[in-house]
Formats: sequence, structure tokens, C-alpha cells
Amino acid sequence: MQGGKKGSLHVMISVSHLRKRFGRIRAVDGVSFEVGTGEAVALWGANGAGKTTIIRCVLGVVRFDGRISVGGHDVLRRGKSARHLLGYVPQELAFHDEMRAGAAIRLVASLRATPLADAMTALERVGLEGCAGRRVRELSGGMKQRLALALALLADPPAILLDEPTSNLDRSGRDDVVRMLVELKRAGKTVLFASHRPEEVAALADRVLVLERGRIVDNRSPDRLGAAGPSFRTMRLRVPHAQNDAAATALRAEGLPVENNGHGLCVNVAHGAKAGPIRILVGAGIDVDDFELLPLSDAHDQEILP
Amino acid sequence: MTSAAMTLRSSPPTGLRGFARSLRVVAIKELVDALSSRWFLVNAAVFGLLAVGLSFVSLAGAGVSGLSGFGRTAAGMLNIVLLVVPLMALTAGAATVAGERERGMLVYMLAQPVSRAEVLLGKYLGAAAALVGSLCLGFGASAILMAWRGGTDGIQPFVAFFFFTVLLALSMLAVGVLISVLARRSGVAVGIAVFVWLTLTLLTDLGLMAGTLAFRLRVEELFSLAVANPLQACKMAAMQQMHASLDILGPAGLYAMQTHGEHLRVILLAVLAGWIVVPLAASLAVFSRRSPL
Repeated sequence: MQGGKKGSLHVMISVSHLRKRFGRIRAVDGVSFEVGTGEAVALWGANGAGKTTIIRCVLGVVRFDGRISVGGHDVLRRGKSARHLLGYVPQELAFHDEMRAGAAIRLVASLRATPLADAMTALERVGLEGCAGRRVRELSGGMKQRLALALALLADPPAILLDEPTSNLDRSGRDDVVRMLVELKRAGKTVLFASHRPEEVAALADRVLVLERGRIVDNRSPDRLGAAGPSFRTMRLRVPHAQNDAAATALRAEGLPVENNGHGLCVNVAHGAKAGPIRILVGAGIDVDDFELLPLSDAHDQEILP
Repeated sequence: MTSAAMTLRSSPPTGLRGFARSLRVVAIKELVDALSSRWFLVNAAVFGLLAVGLSFVSLAGAGVSGLSGFGRTAAGMLNIVLLVVPLMALTAGAATVAGERERGMLVYMLAQPVSRAEVLLGKYLGAAAALVGSLCLGFGASAILMAWRGGTDGIQPFVAFFFFTVLLALSMLAVGVLISVLARRSGVAVGIAVFVWLTLTLLTDLGLMAGTLAFRLRVEELFSLAVANPLQACKMAAMQQMHASLDILGPAGLYAMQTHGEHLRVILLAVLAGWIVVPLAASLAVFSRRSPL
């Protein structure tokens, strides 16, 4: 294995001066970091901090300013080569509900030029043997994430990217997935993962990059995480249904990313400025029926993007 | 920091071989998706039933008109082709990218070791295979019936008509894919596709008639505007094959035959090919720059 050195480690993932905008919103603002081979690094922060965007940039699926390389391959210029070295576990598996697990395995195995026999053993590795004939909709949340993990491990890539892999799981499902990830880390895989669950970070991470508003504000050991935590929280606002779109527009006009998930409008609010979104809506002539601050562990699965 | 490039022990093929491999994988996935789409299956079944039904009607009337069974069927099928095939192709194309973007599947696909060009072209080829397959079934069933009951006299124009229908389907599919790349939601993509279908099938003809009256268009201008519509190009090409004359189309048809003569077929083929290449190139340009989110 070749690569640049970071201390005593070879560098697997190198991110340099990464910037990404979505319209007026700066999702990532000048982020630089490196992940050594065999290292597990957590991207920690509230919704909208930039975790998912950074992972998508490392995968090269969105355009960005700056430079990212994986195993020495520039992800924009040599994206295919870089992605060969990466397995990806999304927040939620996006396969069609009617697709069978075996068909999903065959698709990804074909894309990664992996022999089908090896691919099927990947199902066994995550405890899904005998599930190849089951449709995606028939799998529980935990099984879907284990399938996602099996797909990510198909060609035995040296690095795995995980985007809040346990955010949709119950306690038992979370424990299963975290246990598998710890085993992968022990086996020498490089792991870069986004999370806002302290227990997940503590179990898996060697290092934590704390993100706020698209910037790295701290680079710390996971045992020092408990005291800090992100300084942003997610607020869910309920407005009359007919005013939903107008409310989202008003908040976005003030530079606040909004997610409208059918249960209300979610925005990130800084400590000491929680009344800001309500003030904006009232100023725009929109009635606020209700609001609540979501606990970190219940926060939404997706980052709030415009 | 310096960093030498790392490779896996079993690296997949690169270059043209790798491109072809990824293209094939994505195309097969798209083909399977298309064949499991109820909307597509209903369209294909309707087209097949109409084609076979028309064959029966043509056989029943054989001998009454001067046309053979194949000629009568092709003439009858022309209107169905111009109505049903663009709708099938446009909506199939509109479903290729927008739906997967909405579901998050597009990000997942692009997170695999494939290029955007491979994903888009693979999707086009897969949808094209499904579409051409359904046309083969419709035309094939009709041809078997005609050959069985009435012989193979006049089959050549029928085959040529099938060829132009395939070109029309591929061109409309390319337009559908462009719509799908541009639209953020699948519902919007399908809505735009239906609007484009209505425009090409109905509004363009009405617009040409109105334009001719309002602006006193010369016959060559009328021909140029008419032939720019792929449906009209397909219609002219098919009719030229069936009747060897376009006088049935009026002054524009006569002008086309007299001015372009034997070159007309090439012009019409170029128009249809242009409607495949240009929208597909535009789709690639947009898709390679646009966020898959």
C-alpha cells in the first residue's frame, strides 16, 4: 500500500480547503483534514453542520471547491479510481422497495467487478444469509443497514464512508451495526463517519472533528466529546399548512437552511438565538402555531439543506 | 504531502473495457426497472393490441383497396405510432433520472465506481432496449399475423416503417431523458413530458397552420418547419416508403419530393438522428455538472 504519511500513518483520505455552497448557504466553508489508513474519524455536529455534504464531496458525487484525494486519487479527476477504494453506507438504503436483496448485491457486485460468489458471502458476513430472495421492503431498518454495509464491503475496499448509519435504527439495531463497524476497524479498515450519537462516536472513533456551520471548530479525542457537543440545536416549527411554503421561503431568505419534512419546518438554531426563526416568521406575517427543540438523539436523519 | 496512488488487488477493468462494462451493468438495471414499470407495460400492451387489431382489420379489407395487407396495416399503424410511441418514449425517458434523484438512489449509484456518463448513457440504453423490445413485439406480432394470413407481399415498406418508428422512439426517449435530467421531481418530469408530447402531436400542426395563414409562409419555409418536428419527419419518411410519393401531404410534400428527390430520405434520417444526438448530448452536459441531490 502506498500513500503519504501522517505522523506514523499513511494518509488514506486528504481533504484540503473544501468549500461547498448550496445557493446562498455555505454548507462547507474551508474544511481541511486527513484520515490515516486504519484510522476511524467521526464528523460530529448538529444537522446542517456539513457532515453529509463533506461525505458526498469525498465520494465525488457533488462538485466542490478545494481538493480531495482518496488513496492518492483526486476524486474529481479520477473519481472512479477513488470510489473503488471507498465503500459507502448512506443514512437509508435508497433501493426500490420491490427490489430483492440479491438483486441489489448483484448490481453493486457488477459495478465493482466482484465475483458473485464473493458477493453472496458478504451477506453472510453481516448475518443476512438466506435473505437474498427478500424484497427491500420486507427488511427491517436494522437489516437494511446491514445490507447497506454488506454492499459497501463487497469489493473489500480499504475505506468505508458512513453517513449517520444508525440514525434510523432502534437501540438493538444500533448496537448491531456499531459492533460490526468496530470489527471492521479492528480489521484495519479506514472509517470516516458522520454521527451525532455520542455512544457511537465513543465506541468507534479515534478522533472527532467537531463541525459547526460548515467549519471544523475542534479536533479532539472522543473521550472529550461529552463536555462539548455541538452548539446548535434543531428546532421544529409548526405553521398553518397553507403557509408552509411561504414560511420556508422567509426563513431561507434570512439565510437559514430549512427542511420541510411533513411534520413541520426544521431549522438549526444557535444557543442564545433560539427566538430568531420565530421572529422572522412573525415579521413575515406568518402565524407560528407551535415549536419544539429536538433532542440531539432524535434529530432528523438528513442534514438541513436549502 | 505527497501521496502515491493506491489500487485494489483486484481492480476492475479501466478504459474502454471498463466503460463498456459499467454501461452494460447500468443498462441492464434500467431495462429491468422499465420492464417492472406498470405504466410502461400498459403502454406497450396497448400498442401491441392496437397493432394486432389493425392487422385483423387490414386482412378483412384485403382486396378491397389496392394495398396489400402489409401496406394497409402500415398506413393504419402510422397514426397510432405517431400518437402512442412518442408518449411511451417521452414518459419512459422522463422516469430515468428524476425518480432516482428524488429517492436518493442517484447519489448511491454515483457513489459507486462509475462515471456520470456511464450512468446516463447506461440508463438511456436500458430504457431504449425496453422500448425497442416492446415495438418489436407489436410490429412482430402484426407481421407474423399478416405473413400467415396474407403472404409477405409489401413487407419491405413495413420493415422500413418499423425502422423509422424505432428512430422516432429513440429520439423521443432522448428528449425524455433531457427532461428527466432538468426536472427536480419525477412528477414534474412526467408532466413536462406529456406537455411536450401534446405540443409535438397537436400544437405544432396547429401552429404551422396558423403560421402559414398569418405569416404567409413560403412552401420551403413550411417544409423546413414541418420537418423539424421528429413526428413529421418520421411520418414523411414512412409515407415515402409506403407510397413512394408525398403528394398526399400537399404542397410541402410535393415541394420536398421535387426539391430533394432521393436525398429526402437522408434529410429525414438526419433529422431523426439529430433528435437523438442533440438531446442526449445536452443531457450529458447538464448531468455531468448538475448536483444529483
